[in-house]
Amino acid sequence: MRPMARKVLTQQVAPERVGTAVRKHKVEGYALFWGAPLAVWQLVFFVAPLVFLVVMTFWTVSNFRLAPDFDTVNWVNMFSKGYVIDTYFRTLGYGALAAVMCSVLAFPASYALAFKASPVAQRIGLFMLITPFFTSYLVRIYSWQAVVAENGVLNGLFDLVGLGPFTILGTLLGTMIGYITLTLPLVILLQFFSLSGVDRNLVEAAQNLGCGRLRTVFLVIVPLAKTGIILAGTFAFILCFGDLVSPTSLGSSKPPTLSILIVDTVKQGNNWPRAAVVALVMVLTLIVVAFTAIFFAYRVKKEKI
Amino acid sequence: MSTDRLIAYALRGWFFIALIFIFVPIIINFIFSFSPERFPTLPLGGFSTGWYELILSEAPVPRAFGNSMKAGVIVALISTFIGFAAAYTDYRYRFLGKNFYLALALLPPTIPVLILGLVMLMFLSRVSLVGELYSVVLAHVVYCIPFAMALIRLRLAQMDPNLESAAWNLGANSWRAMREVILPFTLPSIFAALALTMAVSFDEYMIAFFVGGVTETLPVRVLALLQGQVSPRINAIGSVVFTISMSLVILSQILLLSRRSGERNVAAGGK
Repeated sequence: MRPMARKVLTQQVAPERVGTAVRKHKVEGYALFWGAPLAVWQLVFFVAPLVFLVVMTFWTVSNFRLAPDFDTVNWVNMFSKGYVIDTYFRTLGYGALAAVMCSVLAFPASYALAFKASPVAQRIGLFMLITPFFTSYLVRIYSWQAVVAENGVLNGLFDLVGLGPFTILGTLLGTMIGYITLTLPLVILLQFFSLSGVDRNLVEAAQNLGCGRLRTVFLVIVPLAKTGIILAGTFAFILCFGDLVSPTSLGSSKPPTLSILIVDTVKQGNNWPRAAVVALVMVLTLIVVAFTAIFFAYRVKKEKI
Repeated sequence: MSTDRLIAYALRGWFFIALIFIFVPIIINFIFSFSPERFPTLPLGGFSTGWYELILSEAPVPRAFGNSMKAGVIVALISTFIGFAAAYTDYRYRFLGKNFYLALALLPPTIPVLILGLVMLMFLSRVSLVGELYSVVLAHVVYCIPFAMALIRLRLAQMDPNLESAAWNLGANSWRAMREVILPFTLPSIFAALALTMAVSFDEYMIAFFVGGVTETLPVRVLALLQGQVSPRINAIGSVVFTISMSLVILSQILLLSRRSGERNVAAGGK
């Protein structure tokens, strides 16, 4: 060993006195120090509340007071009401519609950013897409109210060309504008990341073999970027499915979604157990959707010859 | 060839339209914050800073802003530490139940904030931890850990796994290798995680609304204004917050860039 190296070594080892036995013991404490905080925090403040949610669905309310119980009355009650079932499927439909619309609207944009932009334009584009994450979603929805209102900015513009006024506030279109405001930047970003991972050689090969433009996009590029596209759509669904602000502020709460139903159940009857039933059904739905999406996103299709 | 160019222009045009859709509410918010009227239209009927003066003169808004800042800083520190610890644990160790551990680390943001808020309120009110600023902090940390963890884990994935063991072989114990190898390497992602978690906490209104009770943070105040009658105060609040957070983002970018060029200079000087 060269003297220099030995000097460095002794300097580092001597003050620490690392023996194997001591070291093994120390490493366990070390591992615990880094591993435990997450487990402790999330078990206490995330898992315990979720378990409590399940328990809560079996409690009962008498005279506006909660009573610990084991009664299926809340489940029976919520599932026997036609409007609850309707609201469930409506919310599911809204989420799916928003996810599909957003994915379709985002795709040409993310495609342009991935394939038709110079590196500088790409960097500027990405910065622009990240900007909305630093603005409040509530504030943006409030602005949309002023834009799409009966006498708002948009109808003012339509009026100049002799059209309108159109009613957007309180309609499905209003709600969808809000949902897309919530999800569009994220969906474009996620689609972009998977599109920019597509191997350009495969695209060129397809074109050289006489594959047309649209066929190249749908038979080569989309399947290669499948994982990101599906995950982006799933995120959009998750965000919209549970959103409260767009359907209340731009959709005027009619017809209601599940999140509006939860708030009403809590506000009007102070009926926490029934709200818990709705919340639990929403969580279970999201788990099923997420796992189905992950299954399709990462599934490797068997080759058809 | 010309069709190709036409398609390229059309695609870029579509991207531009998407950007317009994204920026319309942000720009309208800025413009209308200077409107003297309660129901502003374009073009503006005049120019006024009245709404800014109003939000500064009323107690609730500055108080809510202070609450948000306090909660944001504490949440950023706690969730970045836990996120770092979890990312490092995932990077270095294999253990039984690791999938469950990772699910704990990453699942919270997939549950709607409305439900997280509801669930946390039900639970925290049972153990009398509700209605204070620390309730907001407890709940926000759960929601923010995944963001910190993901950012730092991505950075760790770029690290040569032999670096840490090289440090051990040179006699450094685990703590020292952490201090002199892992921490310096992950430092940029730690700063990014601090900024991101602070931004997420600062912006989150649903969980804060449920567990905070009368202790309002700024976005909860906005939510209250939004549900009341039309109030252009929201425009003024939104503009102030946007300006502050964008300045922070740009500042952190400049810091990162100058740091990087500094590193390059050191590397060049060392040769």
